[in-house]
Amino acid sequence: MIPCLDVIGGRVVKGVNFIDLRDEGDPVELASRYAAEGADEITFLDIGAAPEDRGTLLEVVRRTASQVFVPLTVGGGIRSSDDMKAALRAGADKVTVNTAAVRDPSLLAACGRRFGRQCVVLAIDARRVSTGPLDGGWEVVVMGGRERTGIDVVEWARHGVDLGAGEILLTSMDRDGTQAGYDLDLISLVTESVEVPVIASGGAGSPADFVAAISAGAEAVLAASLFHREQMTIADAKTALAAAGFPVRSAA
Amino acid sequence: MTTVVVVDHGAGNLVSISQGLAASGARVEISSDPATIATAGGVVLPGVGATATVMGGIIDSGLEETLQSLQVPVLGICVGMQVLFDRSEEDGARGLGVIPGVVRRLEGTPRLPHIGWNDVDGSHPLLIGTDHTFYFVHSYAPFPDDPDVIVGFTDYEDVFVSAVASGNYYGVQFHPERSGSAGLRLLANFVSLCAEVSIAT
Repeated sequence: MIPCLDVIGGRVVKGVNFIDLRDEGDPVELASRYAAEGADEITFLDIGAAPEDRGTLLEVVRRTASQVFVPLTVGGGIRSSDDMKAALRAGADKVTVNTAAVRDPSLLAACGRRFGRQCVVLAIDARRVSTGPLDGGWEVVVMGGRERTGIDVVEWARHGVDLGAGEILLTSMDRDGTQAGYDLDLISLVTESVEVPVIASGGAGSPADFVAAISAGAEAVLAASLFHREQMTIADAKTALAAAGFPVRSAA
Repeated sequence: MTTVVVVDHGAGNLVSISQGLAASGARVEISSDPATIATAGGVVLPGVGATATVMGGIIDSGLEETLQSLQVPVLGICVGMQVLFDRSEEDGARGLGVIPGVVRRLEGTPRLPHIGWNDVDGSHPLLIGTDHTFYFVHSYAPFPDDPDVIVGFTDYEDVFVSAVASGNYYGVQFHPERSGSAGLRLLANFVSLCAEVSIAT
């Protein structure tokens, strides 16, 4: 169970379909609360485009890592293996790459070689398409959903893993923030296509959604608005998974 | 108060491990200085990433002999544990060789890397008071020559060695600094071990 904190300028925000962002609070406070509730990992994504935000995010990571003892995944604006090193030094265990890996796939290989593939997470933002060559499939979008790439999500996932990604953070842009449930077809397709763990993201709205995503093949589930707005606690979500027969770690 | 030195070989997150040890009552220093490490009451060798990178950092910092000749308790974490062995199949990298054996890629597991929370079966003093559930991020695990050094197993469809102890060298494949209260307790157990040794000598 992974709460995700989208951060801009040192504040947690959350929108719907990547837009209409609203303030959700202080990242370190939220991370501490989630860790106490039993979060198995916490993800920070810097969704601000401004380069100066990166230092702010690393400071948030540093402060969180000094008081929260669960795994931290950090991403947003990672463009080089040196950026990745800075995130790891600040206290990240895993680092996600997204747009920069699409622009230059060799980044995945460079990061994997330098730090081990287990800490390289390929974040893929996927959007269902109903026209053109990918009709009926999913297309990779980058720049926080602002730019289409024409790249097939499954092909990219396979290629990314071949290059050096050790995990895939798979976000459905269509479902992001809607609480309408994960895109289960997308999850099944990608988990069947790669050997590495896939984290499902985008659309969590009820305990049943977590059960469905894990049943569809996801290794872990990520959620944001649901937890930020206290519609559900992490313990509630874990109880639902345990009741469905999946192994969960009891709250720390 | 026992001084525990966290070895800084240039890779990995030293923030959480230092805070975790400090919470356990140790005086914590982060250092890559051989003299500081040689006079510590206990040494933690962290390691995230690739074996060759971690070993390269140790050699570049001139720490190889220091780490091989320590008499105080040493705790290797993840790749920091893997480099205690003779060599790793990852990159064909050689290790410090203080525990005989090799590090091999896991086989027969559902997905690799193995990322997540799993149970550690064992009764070593390091595990006392924990709920035995720890966080793992790895694709490789140790295969010690001497089965007596194995103090913890984990079942991830394939059963692998997740904790070792050989003389004053201890190692865990999981990340205590990422394993919530169980991990903090393990670090506290290690600090107690260091304190006992320093009283005894």
